[in-house]
Amino acid sequence: MTEPADWSRLRLHVVTGKGGTGKSTVAAALALGLASQGKQVLLCEVEGRQGIARMFDVDPLPYAERRIATGLRHDGQQPGAVHALHIDPESALLEYLSMYYKLGRAGRALDRFGVIEFATTIAPGVRDVLLTGKVFEAVQRNSRNKGAVRYDAVVLDAPPTGRIAQFLNVNDELAGLAKVGPIRSQADTVMTLFRSPRTAVHLVTVLEEMPVQETADGIAELRRARLPVGAVVVNQVRPRDIAPADLRAALEGRLDTERIATDLEETGIDGGADLVPGLVAEARDHAERRALEDAQRAVVDGLDRPTYELPRLPGGVDLGGLYELAAILKKEGLA
Amino acid sequence: MSTTSRPRVGPLATSPGPAPSLDIDALLDDRSTGIIVCCGSGGVGKTTTSAALALRAAERGRKVVVLTIDPARRLAQSMGIERLDNVPRPVVGLRTNGKGNRRGGALDAMMLDMKRTFDEVVESQATPEKARQILENPFYVALSSSFAGTQEYMAMEKLGQIHADAQANGTYDLIVVDTPPSRSALDFLDAPERLSSFLDGRFIRLLLTPARGPARLMTAGLGVVTNALNRILGTQVLSDMQTFVSAFDTLFGGFRQRAQKTFELLQADKTAFLVVAAPEPDALREAAYFVERLGEDDMPLAGLIVNRANPVPGGALSADEAMAASVRLRKREPTSLTAGLLRLHADQTRVVEREALLRSRFAAAHPQVPTAVVPALPGDVHDLAGLRQVGQLLADG
Repeated sequence: MTEPADWSRLRLHVVTGKGGTGKSTVAAALALGLASQGKQVLLCEVEGRQGIARMFDVDPLPYAERRIATGLRHDGQQPGAVHALHIDPESALLEYLSMYYKLGRAGRALDRFGVIEFATTIAPGVRDVLLTGKVFEAVQRNSRNKGAVRYDAVVLDAPPTGRIAQFLNVNDELAGLAKVGPIRSQADTVMTLFRSPRTAVHLVTVLEEMPVQETADGIAELRRARLPVGAVVVNQVRPRDIAPADLRAALEGRLDTERIATDLEETGIDGGADLVPGLVAEARDHAERRALEDAQRAVVDGLDRPTYELPRLPGGVDLGGLYELAAILKKEGLA
Repeated sequence: MSTTSRPRVGPLATSPGPAPSLDIDALLDDRSTGIIVCCGSGGVGKTTTSAALALRAAERGRKVVVLTIDPARRLAQSMGIERLDNVPRPVVGLRTNGKGNRRGGALDAMMLDMKRTFDEVVESQATPEKARQILENPFYVALSSSFAGTQEYMAMEKLGQIHADAQANGTYDLIVVDTPPSRSALDFLDAPERLSSFLDGRFIRLLLTPARGPARLMTAGLGVVTNALNRILGTQVLSDMQTFVSAFDTLFGGFRQRAQKTFELLQADKTAFLVVAAPEPDALREAAYFVERLGEDDMPLAGLIVNRANPVPGGALSADEAMAASVRLRKREPTSLTAGLLRLHADQTRVVEREALLRSRFAAAHPQVPTAVVPALPGDVHDLAGLRQVGQLLADG
């Protein structure tokens, strides 16, 4: 991709990725990056795991929007903020019923007779309509939800790549169940937003074979479902500060060990007799992994999507780490 | 789901010590080990681990079948199971001449077809007429293809079937089970419970209640409910639902019984649970919950496998020292190779230290859990040679 992509018109960023690639981390960093530009951002999670609360080190989130991070005020400008929402299908259904049907007695009866539980467990179609329906409501705030915050952007920490097209394609999922009726028209409206240029689905991967393959499959599936594919975010990239020639030398076992020993001596390092062989072994291992990463990176480039890279944080991801990743996404232009 | 909090279970007071080591070969060679279940959260290498364990067991003389859920395409191909036909297929290319290997072993592999397994259960439990009715119902289609927990439940169902067959005709003496790639490792154990509590749900019972006798009172309330549902879902949904529930009703008992039997099978002494994790906080947290849960449910835990551990760098140089020296060298010579190597060493040392800390914390909270640590391989595993290498690393760990 030669031209930098413009994501500024997006209202809904859907972030997916294979398990273990760090999609929740990327979703959080993206939300922070957007908020750091003065925006009001909502970060949603739908898998009932309280991952957001853990990452931001705040109390477990209820089914209500909570502000979880605010920027520092400078130059008299209003700081942006990240709000978070933990969406569970039961609460979403009850809210939906009270917002659209003023059900009152019947609403309570539904719960008492176990219908809420039934509707949200049996048919994942219904479940996904409820989850995505709430996300939709947050993006397209209307007068029914009085006093609610209007967001500049919504970031959805979505289900993993293997399930993402099915999850977003609520229309098809419902097809066999509800052919008419309000749930059906709700699904239709949600689809209109998802298929619009205001939405993009970003895929997170690491440079390993399986996750890259899944990313390629995911993109193909999203395209088949006519859902807008956004960026590919390559996460946990190893440092790239050893020259290609040196990497080749490391692989072939011909690094200049005397030179390394002299350098170490001159900087006053005494790591014992094992240090130089240790460094050489590390270099070889690194070179091997880098070669594999480069091969996978070429596959990612072949996917022909704007691609962003985040480094592997050796210390793990905490709130400070999230800020660091957010700054990178901002600099690279995704946020 | 996981919003309900469960108490932590642990020694409450303990001094830290290293985890006891997990002897994989002893586990595989022990003829009384009949079932090995690999659990863990998604992305930790469960499938590769189960396949590697199965291959190693087979090459050490066991008659093994491995039930995998969603293997990488190339791995599936190399094991000859790229076709999803729900039948175990023999894996060719076993080696018996390695150290510790014995003749007489065999390995079959299969990939779980969730929907077909469910269909087969229905077909085996109902009359052909009724089975057809059920299989065509849109609610059944939804339940069998995407109900949260169906995959877990069907993995258990298939395990029960294979076990019964193996008992009857002695085809296998070891079954290795990979579990579905859910975010939470607990889903596997919760699935049968979830399905049967769903089938026992108040609403389903109500749909089945004829509108007479003492149920009349309830029906008044039900009228309100039905009206509301019809308004929201459309009328045809409710009638589909009713058809499905009444057709399925006769099967409920059978389903519960089967789930109960498999659950008991998992509690038996011949079963061994291996909890698989990566040295990451989330994966180890899931592993901890799982270990505690196994204890509560009286399920036999064999140990913890920590995959993808980073190799400990050689030499006694701290990350901070290496980083400082790297910066000094860079000032003198921006493209210095040694500076790059030192930076790499600093990174690697930090990663390794963090992983070691996470592992030791886990060991302190769960001191009884034997652990094997498997170093990260540079590449992906997609053939028997790769599986063999992982098996060796597991045994060395």
